Amino acid sequence: MGLRTGTFHENYALDMAIFHSRSQWGIMVAFFVFLFACPVFFSDRILTILTMMGIAVISVHGLNILTGYCGQISIGHAGFMAVGGYTSAILCAKLGFPFWTALPCGALAAGIAGLFFGLPSLKIKGFYLIMATIAAQFIIIWTIIQLRSITGGTDGLSVPKPMIGSIVLSSKANYFYLVMVFTCLATITAHNIVRTRAGRAFIAIRDNDLAAEVMGVSLWSYKLQAFFIGCVYAGVAGSLLVHYIGFASTDMFPFMDSVWYLGMLIVGGMGSTTGAILGVVALRLLDELVTIAGPILAAAVAPQAAASLAIISHGLIIIIFLIFEPRGLYHRWEMIKAYFRLWPFSHEVSE
Amino acid sequence: MTFFLQLVVTGFAQGMVYALIAIGFVIILKCSEVFNIAQGHFVLIGGYLGYTFLVPFALPIWAALLLAIAVATVMGLLIERLMLRPLVGQPVLAVVMMTIALGTVLGGLATLLWGAEYKAYHGLLPTITLKIGAISIPSESLIGLIVSVICVAILMFLFRYTKIGLAMRATAEDLQVVQSVGIKATTVYAVSWIIACVVGVIGGILLGGVSGANMELANIGLKAFAVVLLGGVNSIGGAIVAGIILGMLENVAAGYLDPLLPGGGLAQVFPFFVMIIVLIFRPHGLFGLATIERI
Repeated sequence: MGLRTGTFHENYALDMAIFHSRSQWGIMVAFFVFLFACPVFFSDRILTILTMMGIAVISVHGLNILTGYCGQISIGHAGFMAVGGYTSAILCAKLGFPFWTALPCGALAAGIAGLFFGLPSLKIKGFYLIMATIAAQFIIIWTIIQLRSITGGTDGLSVPKPMIGSIVLSSKANYFYLVMVFTCLATITAHNIVRTRAGRAFIAIRDNDLAAEVMGVSLWSYKLQAFFIGCVYAGVAGSLLVHYIGFASTDMFPFMDSVWYLGMLIVGGMGSTTGAILGVVALRLLDELVTIAGPILAAAVAPQAAASLAIISHGLIIIIFLIFEPRGLYHRWEMIKAYFRLWPFSHEVSE
Repeated sequence: MTFFLQLVVTGFAQGMVYALIAIGFVIILKCSEVFNIAQGHFVLIGGYLGYTFLVPFALPIWAALLLAIAVATVMGLLIERLMLRPLVGQPVLAVVMMTIALGTVLGGLATLLWGAEYKAYHGLLPTITLKIGAISIPSESLIGLIVSVICVAILMFLFRYTKIGLAMRATAEDLQVVQSVGIKATTVYAVSWIIACVVGVIGGILLGGVSGANMELANIGLKAFAVVLLGGVNSIGGAIVAGIILGMLENVAAGYLDPLLPGGGLAQVFPFFVMIIVLIFRPHGLFGLATIERI
């Protein structure tokens, strides 16, 4: 995409800046004010939706770094979330750790699990790696169920309400703020990680790993780094989810969630931070639509229609995007912006 | 010893059904380089179709099989034309996500049409009892074994002696050469999807006859992947051998280790352990070809 009219990048700092114009800063500030004011306008139900979206955004950012930037496809992301969630739940519930130390421990544990299951990626890629990560998902969940004495097995594990200092995060609004802080941090770090040396190495590996290796990018180091970073994000998300629900159970991290995280990435646009957010918002809104439309359809057609509607609509939306907009909503959004920027001239020279 | 042999024999029969399902996967992969995650969902649809034709329609078994094959053929054609054709030449992830989405849609359709309920139709398949010494072979497993062997034989014949079989093998070898000699690659793709659907549906009817049709049947697909990876993704013979090996191993491991583990359920994750081990130590499987990459 070209520069907008009237912006001149006169020095390196300006060239590297994420925001180029005052209006972008203005929109950003307005957005933060809006986020801060959300609990004032919105009911608890909408806050719950937004909180869940925030948690999913964190997780999908991790997956985006791993899959969208580094090209290592993972369909085991919910499994890594489970590692993070359970670690921090166990630390809080059994060992009495405070929330703010348990969360990084959970993230670290998920990262280490990611390193372990990322090992096959050194030898395999594409479909084989997909199968390895699917295996990781099932093995992690099975192991959690087996370790009944620590994790509570299939019964789950209840987690005390998180506390920061003397503030108990018991209300929806409190927790909303916490999740949003993490979501914003995750977005900023995710957007910047891919602009570092490591990020450029990830992109090189995604585009052609053999060529990258010949150019001196250490596949061993960077593939594992991508797995570690991606899974740390998953760990943070899993930990936040567990503390939000106040309960850890393997049902919260099903295999299909791993698939939907990837689906969100495809719908949003792979390899872009904005795309990850757009994808989460789009699919979660679809979920809400289904929840509203479900009972109506169930009454009109058949009782099982509601359940199948959710599944079929998810599948269909991914099929539609893969066929008609494989580069995702983010690409479409850029096209729309370019159209209005260039109007009335029809198109610009694309990159 | 009898317990061990019993497990091995049951595993063998079960493994043959896995092999049949895995073959569907291998055929699509060989011909069109598509990794079909939805193979398990063909099995699911097959299980429910078997129920529909045998119980509410009360058809004889041969008619039910033929009808199910007809439905599978139409399904395969539609899937290939509507979903996979637009993705020719797209990266692996897009294709894999497409088949995952296809699997979800099929799962959703099964929920819509059959209510995701457990539907049993034991005893509707013909019964044959066979006893070797102290080991009895369950009738359903035996039927599964026989039908699988017949299907595999038909497929082998198709590949070796028919024109379309030759075209399919050639497409698997080199797409460009095939197109330049005037073989329609799209026909080959369509046929491979039809075969995959048909074997999946037959596998579904067989498994449904043993354990009833329910949503769990879709997970058989995941076991088929372990089979495929163990055997080598581009080897049909490998799929058969690996199917039998995995069926036996799974039964033996579950039989001996499940009582020792508190949570049980080893049979469900066992294929994944096999998968990880194979992927780490021998990514191209037992009989697959190691690929050499160039920039």
